[in-house]
Amino acid sequence: MKLPIYMDYHATTPVDPRVVEAMLPYFTEKFGNSASRNHAFGWAAEEAVEKGRTQVADLVGANPKEIIFTSGATESNNLAIKGVAEMYREKGNHIITCVTEHKAVIDTCKKLEKQGARVTYLAVQKDGRISLDELRNAITDKTILISIMTANNEIGVLQPIAEIGAIAKEKGILFHSDAVQAVGKIPVDVTAMKVDLLSLSAHKMYGPKGVGALYVRRRNPRVLLAEQISGGGHERGMRSGTLNVPGIVGLGRAAAICKAEMATESERLRKMRDRLNEKFHKSLDEIYINGSMEHRLPHNLNISFAYVEGESLLMGINDVAVSSGSACTSASLEPSYVLKALGAGDDLAHSSIRFGLGRWTTEEEVDYVVDKLTNVVRRLREMSPLYEMVKEGVDLTKMQWVTH
Amino acid sequence: MAYSDKVIDHYENPRNVGSLPKDDANVGTGLVGAPECGDVMKLQVKVNPATGVIDDAKFKTFGCGSAIASSSLATEWLKGKTVEQALAIKNTDIVSELALPPVKIHCSVLAEDAIKAAIADYKKKQEKESSVGASA
Repeated sequence: MKLPIYMDYHATTPVDPRVVEAMLPYFTEKFGNSASRNHAFGWAAEEAVEKGRTQVADLVGANPKEIIFTSGATESNNLAIKGVAEMYREKGNHIITCVTEHKAVIDTCKKLEKQGARVTYLAVQKDGRISLDELRNAITDKTILISIMTANNEIGVLQPIAEIGAIAKEKGILFHSDAVQAVGKIPVDVTAMKVDLLSLSAHKMYGPKGVGALYVRRRNPRVLLAEQISGGGHERGMRSGTLNVPGIVGLGRAAAICKAEMATESERLRKMRDRLNEKFHKSLDEIYINGSMEHRLPHNLNISFAYVEGESLLMGINDVAVSSGSACTSASLEPSYVLKALGAGDDLAHSSIRFGLGRWTTEEEVDYVVDKLTNVVRRLREMSPLYEMVKEGVDLTKMQWVTH
Repeated sequence: MAYSDKVIDHYENPRNVGSLPKDDANVGTGLVGAPECGDVMKLQVKVNPATGVIDDAKFKTFGCGSAIASSSLATEWLKGKTVEQALAIKNTDIVSELALPPVKIHCSVLAEDAIKAAIADYKKKQEKESSVGASA
């Protein structure tokens, strides 16, 4: 087993060597601009781009013409939300999203609010899912867009996308989903999900960084977007800029591999994730899973190790790459807003660790991580005044804390 | 973020982890911070009433590596100091000793608060003791 162990596949993934191999010719001998219509270099590039487009479309059940290439999911989310807000301004100015969305969605919505849009941020229930009743109640005759993620990046919780899609369709509202964490990992089908816009990214599915896509529905309804980057009118005028040909080839190849291997790979990861979870529960008391276990990505686990602070935990496992919702690991000094939204208390947010398993995770690694982390948790609990107080029978919630 | 060697050393080999009997009249206990803020420090001193010198100091900390190191260092410094000398320990001393980055300065502030709280608790107990003694 090679150290350090990477178990942070929600942050990014290594590029699959098969993907690198597919990309390489497009840096050198096949370097053409896909917009060059009058020579062989351009034609070769265009052919590669169109193949990539088909591969991405196949992965999400779309028509290739509905795929717009971008620089990644942050751009896709920006284009979808800002593009709809601008294009459908006459129809309304109200957007519905959710408090646990990625910052690329939340901050885009906040910016639109400053420009006069109205945004409803739906709360989530304890399991991390939105309430469909609350969604229905939030809809007004000014609502033009619902943007709800498919799977959360921290807790892996899956939202009831098909049900949300059905509500959106019934009310004639466009529906966008940031599906970055789900695409390539679990079945995602734009027809079944009744989604009109869907964001995805290559580097979360063993492709390269710096390339992603936005699915934009062409029929029932035909979705129009105001361009956010102006220029040569590439990508049906929705996203100008010379196409990242090697990146698109890589995204396409990554999508094809994910599609071919998804069924077996997701089962393999689910088994290993469950092993990780069971072993933790056997070796430690007072650990809490954040978010629904039933509606969850198969390769995600997010656990709070009560009475132990997350950053100090990470320090003790410096040969394992995972992430924590603790404030000390973020620039803002605020604990994870996603975990706070679950209502479990900030103390548990500070104690959380996110495990993201992936294509190269082995059972041996899982066992190593459990053993290592268990030892560190035990050691830090011996050092924790909170653990001592709880063992003495003190109710921590009734304490008067001296905050600073 | 990279940690200084001294922070890593205190994290891996914390000095004086543990608890002193908190009902002992010569023991002062300081409990500062809050779980929802991500750090709680418990720092205790045991004072020799005859000399006013701190004989023993213990800590337990829920917090990041820098918070653990700050409280561990504080207990090291407290031992052998008089109560008055202990009160002169400043958070900035801890910052420079551990080479804490700006985002971790609050850890040193918390350690200073814990020292002050422990000594205040000790003094309060002593006053009570002497007033009990006087009325008896």
